[in-house]
Formats: sequence, structure tokens, C-alpha cells
Amino acid sequence: MSKFKAFALGTAISAASFAATSAQAVEIEYWQYYFDARVTAMEQLIEGFEAANPDITVKMTHFPYADYRTKVAAAIPAGEGPDVVQLFYGWLNDYVEAELIQPLPADTFDPARIDAEFFPMVQAMKDGDHYWALPTAVRSLALFYNERLFEEAGIESPPTNLDELVEIAGQLTKRDGAGNITQVGITTGMNAQDHHWFREVLVRQMGGEPYTDDYQTVNYNSDAGQAAAAFYTGLEQEHGVTAAGFMDEPQAAFKAGMAGMHIDGSFRIGSLDKIRGLRWGVAELPAAMDGTQSNYSSYWVNAITSKAEGERYEASVKFMEYVTSDAAMQIWLDVVGELPAKPSVGMTEVNANHDVYGPFIRGLAYANTTIFANESAQRQVLMDMVQHVSIEDQPVNEALANAAKAEQVILDEYYAD
Amino acid sequence: MNLRNTLTIRQKHILWAWGFLAIPVLFYVVIRFYPTGNAIVLSFQNWNLLSARTWAGADNYVKLWHDEVFWKVFKNTFVYLLLGTPFSLVISFLIAFHLDRVRFMHGFIRMMYFLPFMTSAVAMAWVWRWFYQPVPVGIFNNILATFGIPQINFLNSTTNALPAVLAPAIWAGLGFQVIIFMAGLRAIPTSYYEAARIDGVSGFTILTQITIPLLKPTIIFITVFSSIGFLRIFDHVFNMTTNNPGGPLNATKPLVLMIYDTAFNGFDMGYAAAQTVVLFTILLCVSLLQLYLLRDR
Repeated sequence: MSKFKAFALGTAISAASFAATSAQAVEIEYWQYYFDARVTAMEQLIEGFEAANPDITVKMTHFPYADYRTKVAAAIPAGEGPDVVQLFYGWLNDYVEAELIQPLPADTFDPARIDAEFFPMVQAMKDGDHYWALPTAVRSLALFYNERLFEEAGIESPPTNLDELVEIAGQLTKRDGAGNITQVGITTGMNAQDHHWFREVLVRQMGGEPYTDDYQTVNYNSDAGQAAAAFYTGLEQEHGVTAAGFMDEPQAAFKAGMAGMHIDGSFRIGSLDKIRGLRWGVAELPAAMDGTQSNYSSYWVNAITSKAEGERYEASVKFMEYVTSDAAMQIWLDVVGELPAKPSVGMTEVNANHDVYGPFIRGLAYANTTIFANESAQRQVLMDMVQHVSIEDQPVNEALANAAKAEQVILDEYYAD
Repeated sequence: MNLRNTLTIRQKHILWAWGFLAIPVLFYVVIRFYPTGNAIVLSFQNWNLLSARTWAGADNYVKLWHDEVFWKVFKNTFVYLLLGTPFSLVISFLIAFHLDRVRFMHGFIRMMYFLPFMTSAVAMAWVWRWFYQPVPVGIFNNILATFGIPQINFLNSTTNALPAVLAPAIWAGLGFQVIIFMAGLRAIPTSYYEAARIDGVSGFTILTQITIPLLKPTIIFITVFSSIGFLRIFDHVFNMTTNNPGGPLNATKPLVLMIYDTAFNGFDMGYAAAQTVVLFTILLCVSLLQLYLLRDR
């Protein structure tokens, strides 16, 4: 019994002292989904922020990715949950419509200044005279290549344009006696990053524009789109330098050293670093024959929720300023390996010429960001397109036209409400 | 004066019974009936998890009716049922029937059949997924390639994929059905068999006239149980086709996977709820139909 009393007394005292300190200090809550490196990086940022703002404490909560959206949606309207929240750029519309987040104040986050300071694709977060949210870090695509296989085949440098890509991929492809592919020159799979490569890179490189009308109208059923689809499906059908689904998934084939080249996002760097015996390099995505370069960028943003009011709002604004500062971006790059969202950090001598990050960061300068209505459904459309060609022998142009139609239905449905 | 004293013993018994029953009843109402009712209401609404629910009338059902993917998925679901249930029933009966007569290492063999049932479906699906890969990964195609036979596209094919996904699902459920069948076989009184043998009846007649008729309750149970299982198939399909869930070209997509995709990738909860109501109705009808067909006359 005395033990219990001591415990109760202790609890009461600590509760009282906690109440005393929190009388002066504001506590704000920050939510993100659980990913080890992101949590570590955010812990560092919070430490730095609290040191600079002793009267504010930040409490970070993280959830498994699968529960994230549900929890956020349930908590904020109930007046619980985060003051500052992390969300995927593609979810912004939904969050705005559901009134879960509030605009960033234009005096602190001047849109003109942000337009000038951040990489251009961040402007997708702007609505008239204010920004809704801002990223700390962004991601882009690049070409990973297996240095050992390159040496073995006597290839000196990664391809710089699409013709070289096909040629080098041909040299890297190996088959067994029966003609089965045992090593692919380049991995393919619309399920992985290739649907971004197709939309924002290949279609644009062939002289087209994948969408018009602020990504509400599909526009790739054009000459450029047909050329892009023919190039993409041609890698397997015509040149035989790849096999979709080879070794189950593209990144697995590359990790196993059974693929010469692999297009993937900057988030893959961390897991490739852990593979023993794999020597790999990174190059910018191959340019079109006329030199056109393009890239796809995606990012997670931070926003202030509608729950934050009064002094918690003030504190949240300060926190947002801190996590979008140059110093924060450098920490995010060093800890998570995600790219800075501002050229002032990304394009420094060290970062832009970094062996691994460099090609990704340079790609940001000409990157586009697709505004998705339903990313997984829109990706499915392109996966189906390729499979109609490869499994059902449908002509490429017909498959492309059907895909454009199917994707338009998804967009129309989403924007109708 | 006291309520307890005014009750008869019988009333007290009833009161006690309901007192104990209240817990499971409450449990069922809160975590089964309430969500079921809620899902039915939701199927007439639009909801993306974030904003408020809005009434949509029968829109979700109309959309379902005109959705090509839904009809493809609907068909797939029944293919799973119509292939899976008879196959697993016949195979498990044959195994149980013969295993019942084996004395040598009986327990060990029975354990070997039961092991897949205890294995996590996810782990099993991934192992089979790799078995099915083309060379250089997949064991089946590697064997074929060794003998110079052309590779078979197991999963990357609109015709082969569904049976390829179904096979491990049947195998996984086999152990359970074998055990149930064996229990059923043991429950048949041996005196019937003795009488038949004295009368000089053939083995086939014993099987069709004694064993199978007396196994009827067991067969009903397994049929209903495995039908519901195949109608709700999800984990095998999802894990064997995560690169393109339910693919290629929706060739393996069952209804549950479509519901999952609509709800948690598309965040179209109302439409997903409408699909769920359809699945619920199918499950109900199939179960009632089977109970009716296999009823005791």
C-alpha cells in the first residue's frame, strides 16, 4: 500500500511540475509516417528547433504508412492530433477540400519569394496568393547502372541519350542456349517507376505534353505519346534487351546484379547501399536525340492543420519556417538521402557534383510533377497498356488510345465532385 | 419485497443465462452488427475518409453495374469457387480415405498434410511466387529449361495465372479438410463395415453406399467452409501479384482485392462498401443454397 502511495505522490508531483513548465511553453504536435531515417532526421530537426526556440516544444508522433491517412482524418476534425502534418503532395487536394489544413501565412511564406527560391515543381502547392504546404525534401529519377557489368562488357560510360541506352542495353543482355533471358540490359516494369518515366520523361522527350488543363486532361494519345509508347514497349518487343517481370521486380534484378541498368528514384539509394558486392553508379536520365531532358519529381510536404490556433499556430509557423530552411534541407539530405527542395542547397558545388546525389539533383532543374487524382489507378492504366501489347498482342497505338481513355475516366470522376 | 425473492427458479436461470450471454451479444452487436449496418449505409454514400459523408443514392450500385472490371472480377470470384471447392473436396477425401488405412508413420504423414494449413499464407504465397518465376529465378521453369522445354508463363499470362494462384491456396487448405474428413470417417460405426463384409459387398459399393452417405454432414461442413474461403480469397492473390495486384489485366483479381483497392488506394469508401454488400449477398446466397441442396430429406 505504501508503495502505491509513493507512486501516486510521485505521479502527482511530476504532473504538477509538468503543468508548471507548460504554462510558459507551447507544445505543438508533429505527425509523419514511420520510416526510420525520416524519424531520425526529424528528431535532429526538432532538437535544433527547440534549442533555437526554448519556449516551444515539439512532440513527434509517427504511424505505419498504412494507417496514416485514416488516423489524420479522424484526429484533426476532433481537435486532436497534429498541428503540423506531413502529407504526400498528391493528397493535397483531398486535405484542402476536407479543411484539414490551412494556408501558410503569406507574410512569412511570401509566394513570390518561394517561387524564386524553391525548385519549380513545388509550385504545385500554390493556390492563388498563398502556398498550402512546402516540402523539406524532394525526390527525382535517375539511371542506376551496374559498374561491374559495364566493365565486363567493355562499356566505359553510361548512356547519355536514348539511342545509346538501347545499344548499351543490348550489349549487357545475356541469354541461355534456349534463348531465355538470364540478364537484362535494362529493367522495365510500369509497376515500379517506369510509369513516371513514360509520362513525364519519354512523352515530353518525344515532343509531347502528357496532360493539359492542369493535369485534368490526358494528352498523351498523340504522335509524341505513340512514339514514347513504341520506344518503351520496343525495348522488350523489338530490341529484346529487357523482360517485364524479370526476377519478379526491377529493383530485385538490379540488386541481384542481373540487370545492367535500372531507372529508379533517389529513395532507392539507401537500400542499394546495403547490398554487399554490388558496385553501382548513377547517371542522369538519358536525353532525347535532340537533347531534350526531362525528369519526374515527387515529394512529401509539411502543412499546418486547421487544428492549430492562437499561440500553437504561431509556434507552428515558426516550426514550418525551420523545417523548410536551408540547414534543415542539408540535414534531410545527409540523414535520409532525400534531395533538397531549394537550388540554394541542392545546387551547391558539393551537392550537385556528388557522385550519387548529383545526377538526381541536376535532374530537379528540369523535373515535372504529375498531379494525380488516384496514383495507383492511373499507374494501373499504364501497366494494363503494356500488358495488352505484350500478352494480348494489341497494336501499341490502340493500347495507348484505350489507356488515355481509361485514365480520362478516372480524372473526370475525381474532378467532377 | 426483494426482486430476487419474487422470481421463480426458472426465471432466475433465464436471468443468469442472459447475464452471461450479454457479453458475447454485446460484443457481436458492437463489432459485427454495427459495422455491417454501417457498411450498408455507407454503400449509399460518398466518402473519401477525409471529408464528410454525402448521400449518393444508388449511384455506387449503378456504377458497379456498368463497371467492366467488376464483372471480370465477379467471374474470377466464381472461377475460384467452382475450381477450388470441388478440387479440394475430392483431393482431400482421397487423401483422408487412404490415409485412414495407412498405419505406417500415420501421425507423421498426417502432420505433413496439416503443416501447410498452419503456415502463414503470406510466406507461402511468396515462396510459390518465386517458384513460378521465369528463369533464372523460378524452380519450375529452371527444370523445364534444363530439359530444353520452352518456359511456361505461369503468372504473366491471362489464362494460366488464376489456376497458378489457386493451386497453393487449395494445397494450403487441404490439411484442415483431411483432418475433418478423417474425423468423419472414424465416426462411422465399424459394425456397418463388418456387416457389409459378411454379406460379401464389394469395396466400391461400401464406399458409395455406406461411407459417402454417412459422411454427408462432414461434406456439407467442408463444402460450405471451403466455398466461403474461396469466395473470400485475398491473401494468396495479393501476395503473388503485388507488383500488379490481381493482374495481369485483372485475370486473377477476386472481389475482395477489388474492394481493398477501391477503399485503400482509391479512397472511394462508398463504392467499396457497395462492392462489400454485393460480396456479402453472394456469400449469403451461396451458403443458403448449399445448405438447402445438401439438407437431410
